[in-house]
Amino acid sequence: MVDRTFAIARLPGFATIAVTVFVLLYLPIAMLVVFSFNAGDSVAIWEGFSFRWYPEAWSNEAVKAATWRSLQIATAASIIATTVATMAALGTTRRRQTKGQSFVYLMINQPLMVPEIVTAVALLIFFSTIKVATGYQGLGYLIIAHAAFCTPFAYLPIRARLESMDLSLETASADLYASRWQTFRYITLPLVMPGAIAGLMLAFVTSLDDVVITLFVKSAGQDTLPTYMLAQIRRSVSAEVNAISTLLLLLTVVLLTAFFLLTRKRT
Amino acid sequence: MSHDIAVEARDARKVYGQGIGAVTALGGVSLQIRKGEFFTLLGPSGCGKTTLLKLIAGFESPTTGHILLDGSDITFDPPNERPVNTVFQSYALFPHLSVADNIGFGLKMQGRPKAEVAATVTRMLALVRLDKMADRKPGQLSGGQQQRVALARALAPSPKVLLLDEPLSALDLQLRKEMQIELKRLQVETGITFIFVTHDQEEALTMSDRIGVMQSGHLLQVGDPRTIYTRPANRFVASFIGESNFLTGTLDGTALTLDAGPRMSVEAGQGAPTQGRVTAAIRPEQIRITSATLGDGIPAKVTQTVYFGTDTHCRVVLKDGTEITVRLQSPASGDVGLHPGSEVTLKFEPGALIVLPEAA
Ligand SMILES: Nc1ncnc2c1ncn2[C@@H]1O[C@H](COP(=O)(O)OP(=O)(O)OP(=O)(O)O)[C@@H](O)[C@H]1O
Ligand SMILES: [Mg+2]
Repeated sequence: MVDRTFAIARLPGFATIAVTVFVLLYLPIAMLVVFSFNAGDSVAIWEGFSFRWYPEAWSNEAVKAATWRSLQIATAASIIATTVATMAALGTTRRRQTKGQSFVYLMINQPLMVPEIVTAVALLIFFSTIKVATGYQGLGYLIIAHAAFCTPFAYLPIRARLESMDLSLETASADLYASRWQTFRYITLPLVMPGAIAGLMLAFVTSLDDVVITLFVKSAGQDTLPTYMLAQIRRSVSAEVNAISTLLLLLTVVLLTAFFLLTRKRT
Repeated sequence: MSHDIAVEARDARKVYGQGIGAVTALGGVSLQIRKGEFFTLLGPSGCGKTTLLKLIAGFESPTTGHILLDGSDITFDPPNERPVNTVFQSYALFPHLSVADNIGFGLKMQGRPKAEVAATVTRMLALVRLDKMADRKPGQLSGGQQQRVALARALAPSPKVLLLDEPLSALDLQLRKEMQIELKRLQVETGITFIFVTHDQEEALTMSDRIGVMQSGHLLQVGDPRTIYTRPANRFVASFIGESNFLTGTLDGTALTLDAGPRMSVEAGQGAPTQGRVTAAIRPEQIRITSATLGDGIPAKVTQTVYFGTDTHCRVVLKDGTEITVRLQSPASGDVGLHPGSEVTLKFEPGALIVLPEAA
């Protein structure tokens, strides 16, 4: 490993390309963060350092409502997605391999492969039928939609974790008088936990920043943070959006760092 | 009589898979294992030892046949309802639990009171000499220590039968010898019936009360180590346990005329034929070599000598072309005085030659 990285690093132009890529990736984000501390109204001209956009964004009731809605949806959707993903992963790793196995994988990972816009339109049509039939207008539609496309993100780390787990541990547990439920509770679940938490966080972040499906599925007045920001920017580019983005970025960085630490540390 | 029997297999057959891909792992094994016995299943890789243990532990159920524990049929009881515990070859220690929690797991699952669990764990830790390791995780232990945790974990719920599937095969020779003594000590101290699997014949001979020799899903012979070694039931057992030389001849009552020459009187093996063509086995260490070419005995010619330190192995060829290995104790000088080409005579006690109960 060390040798290979070394060899690639020594290719001519490697450093230049690497630096260019990093600059392209992170310069806009860095600018966004910097301008969230701009004292002026502009998102392009620096007028001095200030924290004013943070309280300003927070005093905006629409921002608060959208943030709260986003967190509600992300929390509920990621919990549902993780539960479903855990059951799916148990089903695909703990049963005898069948011929239909790859088809099952395909079905579970389908949201990763079908273009998001297709899923969005499909859900729109599907949910509007239900809306007409039931009259229910709440956040449930968004939660279900988010849970659906977040499931594969939660599924992948959980499946990886279960596959790397020694099956003889569960046999040993059964040998030591544990019922199926006790084996799950005391052996399988604790061992899969890091994978499940990683899955939960990935699902949470994925839900938090979704725009396309949310735009299609949401009813009027159900803006999440991303759709609210999109609407704001269409009207006028406000530095308030920079501040919100910076906070979202911070949250994502924290969650992804935790994800990294959890998946790296294997017992 | 039957209440002396801890475990019984009645014509247990196990077929994995179906149709063309089906594998018969056990071809109808009947076996009685006595209470408090150190019983060893010995056989080459793939002969069905693990499968038989799985049937007893309940991880698999037999295709046909029955498994009995203390006289009651447990063939279809799930593993968690059988008072039988297993020491797995890979140990299968729970990585997220401490040594103490690993050992206490079985008792906790049985719903025993906390105080009892704690007391038993302490006793088990002392028994396997790991008192100071109680709070460590399995990952922080050496191979031998993990082995002992696995043993303590399986012993803690005081099972009626302990199954050990090649528990020593991952250890180096030194540790292996220590653990053999340790295992035997634990078995004697606890009085629990041990069913031990190995494909190391020396391990089987030194540790067991009785040995069952298996081949291709069948139990060939069951007996105490001496019987197995001195009275092997067939050619496979004779060559799998220790080394054996095979001689062919014609038998008439107790008089055997070897193809390689002399006529001698032999003791018939159990179930051995008394007439006709037979195969007889003799251990390399039971044969003496004299350089005289006179007298009774089998004339032979030395082809090779190999020095092994305490022993010298001497390959000789008989008149009919049969090759024989003789194990001689090396003399002080280290030189047995035999050279390729030497004409010698082989001698042995009449009882050393065993007529095998199968056609030649
Ligand atoms: N789950 C299974 N599916 C199909 N065949 C199996 C299965 N388990 C074992 N077998 C086959 O059954 C036979 C006996 O296997 P078993 O594991 O009992 O052998 P063993 O005596 O324990 O061998 P070893 O000393 O190598 O552990 C082998 O031919 C093996 O390939
Ligand atoms: Mg085996």
